[in-house]
Amino acid sequence: MNPRDPAGGSTAAPPTPEPARDPRERIVLDPTGVRRALVRMAHEILERNEDPSALYLVGIPNGGVPLAREIARRLREIAGVDVTVGILDTTLYRDDHGVTGERPALRTTEMPSAVDDRVVVLVDDVASTGRTIRAAMDALMDFGRPRAVQVVALVDRGHRELPIKIDYVGKNIPTETSEEVILRGRDGGLEGPLEVVVHSRGGSA
Amino acid sequence: MIGRDLLSMDDLERAEIERVLDTAVHMQEVGLREVKKVPTLRGRTIVNLFFEPSTRTRTSFEIAGKRLSADVINFSSQGSSLSKAESILDTAKTLDAMAPDAVVVRHGVAGVPRRIADVLRSPVINAGDGAHEHPTQALLDLFTVRQEKGRIDGLTVAIVGDIAHSRVARSNITGFLKMGAEVRVAGPPTMLPPAVETLGVKAMTRLEEAIEGADVVMMLRIQRERMGAPVFPSVREYAARYGLDREKLRYAKDDVIVMHPGPVNRGVELAPELADQAPSVILNQVRNGVAVRMAVLYLFAGRPRGAEGD
Repeated sequence: MNPRDPAGGSTAAPPTPEPARDPRERIVLDPTGVRRALVRMAHEILERNEDPSALYLVGIPNGGVPLAREIARRLREIAGVDVTVGILDTTLYRDDHGVTGERPALRTTEMPSAVDDRVVVLVDDVASTGRTIRAAMDALMDFGRPRAVQVVALVDRGHRELPIKIDYVGKNIPTETSEEVILRGRDGGLEGPLEVVVHSRGGSA
Repeated sequence: MIGRDLLSMDDLERAEIERVLDTAVHMQEVGLREVKKVPTLRGRTIVNLFFEPSTRTRTSFEIAGKRLSADVINFSSQGSSLSKAESILDTAKTLDAMAPDAVVVRHGVAGVPRRIADVLRSPVINAGDGAHEHPTQALLDLFTVRQEKGRIDGLTVAIVGDIAHSRVARSNITGFLKMGAEVRVAGPPTMLPPAVETLGVKAMTRLEEAIEGADVVMMLRIQRERMGAPVFPSVREYAARYGLDREKLRYAKDDVIVMHPGPVNRGVELAPELADQAPSVILNQVRNGVAVRMAVLYLFAGRPRGAEGD
């Protein structure tokens, strides 16, 4: 049978199967949306900061790290500036290390140069209670005295518990506290094109 | 691991050892910062209970606790009722009333940390008990080897010296075997415990044979107080047969590393030129001790879930 003959195949043949989607998940930012948000925020960072050479992007693991690298790439494209990129784990600064309960695993911290007199832009994937940003600011102060600290969040899902303001928001996504907002690549990790999904944990999970 | 005791390397599964080592990698980064202190254990109390003199282990635990912002209280056998008649268990009960988040114990008699753990609600970390165990030394040795070699699995490790009376050897044998290394022990026949091979190691009486093709050579400190005992050869004879120098080290692999728990008897178990420079990693071991003990305190200090009320 001629495979190019459209009439040759059964019209009932199933189309190439899409990778199965978890019905409890909805995509709130697809890879194009993530890219556009990052480009826009890179422009906003340049608008707000007259001296881009003072900028220092600091990604909060895990999700903030690829985002900080991507914003740095955009800043290079747009303004030709090479911005320092660091990684700052906030785990040791968290306020929920109780007397009981297992300790969370530590993640990488890699601050390649001093933060003194730099404009540090903390980059997180999902902003919520503000506690991670609070911890990141405390950690940052142990590395020196930045001239200013600003915050990028790809997604702001609300539910703030501390007086923390996000300077650059990729997208505001109102959520229920029972929902989970996840940044991930195609393989579930943080490689390649990234998307943001909202996962409702309730129900049949 | 929160709230558990760390009395012996037998208490840890391989995955748990890896968790301690992975945590220590990040703790080491804290030690490189200008402000070498994180607020993680703020408001927690760590007690160092040392019935035996020790400078490096006690200091190492003290720095580790302080870098995590814990309050560290030192009880040593001088200057407290530990030197008076008060019994060990009475001291432990007194401490328990203060509800510390971890108690670090060193004692000259094997098994004392376990007795103390039996009466304390807080987790007990063994910092060396007699000839029994010294688990944090083994963890820092494993960490140092992994850092230098990139792995532990499949390496050949030779431990040389008074195996029978060494808590360092005992904890390291367990630790390296769990992590997949081949372990050989060597020493004069009087210093090899009978049936040591049932632990899963190869026992040898010639140093050259033990270090043949080894990736890691760990020299044990000869206890001077044991010298002169009937089982002990003369110092000169010991140094000639079991002391390591550059000449003998040629039997090992070209990229061998030499370790020692310190302090070194220069010219006895280790030639002076090997104590201070490559391939010796002795100073790295000391430096890594703080990061590894920070990891241990981070992972163990506290109470198991559900036990906060008692």
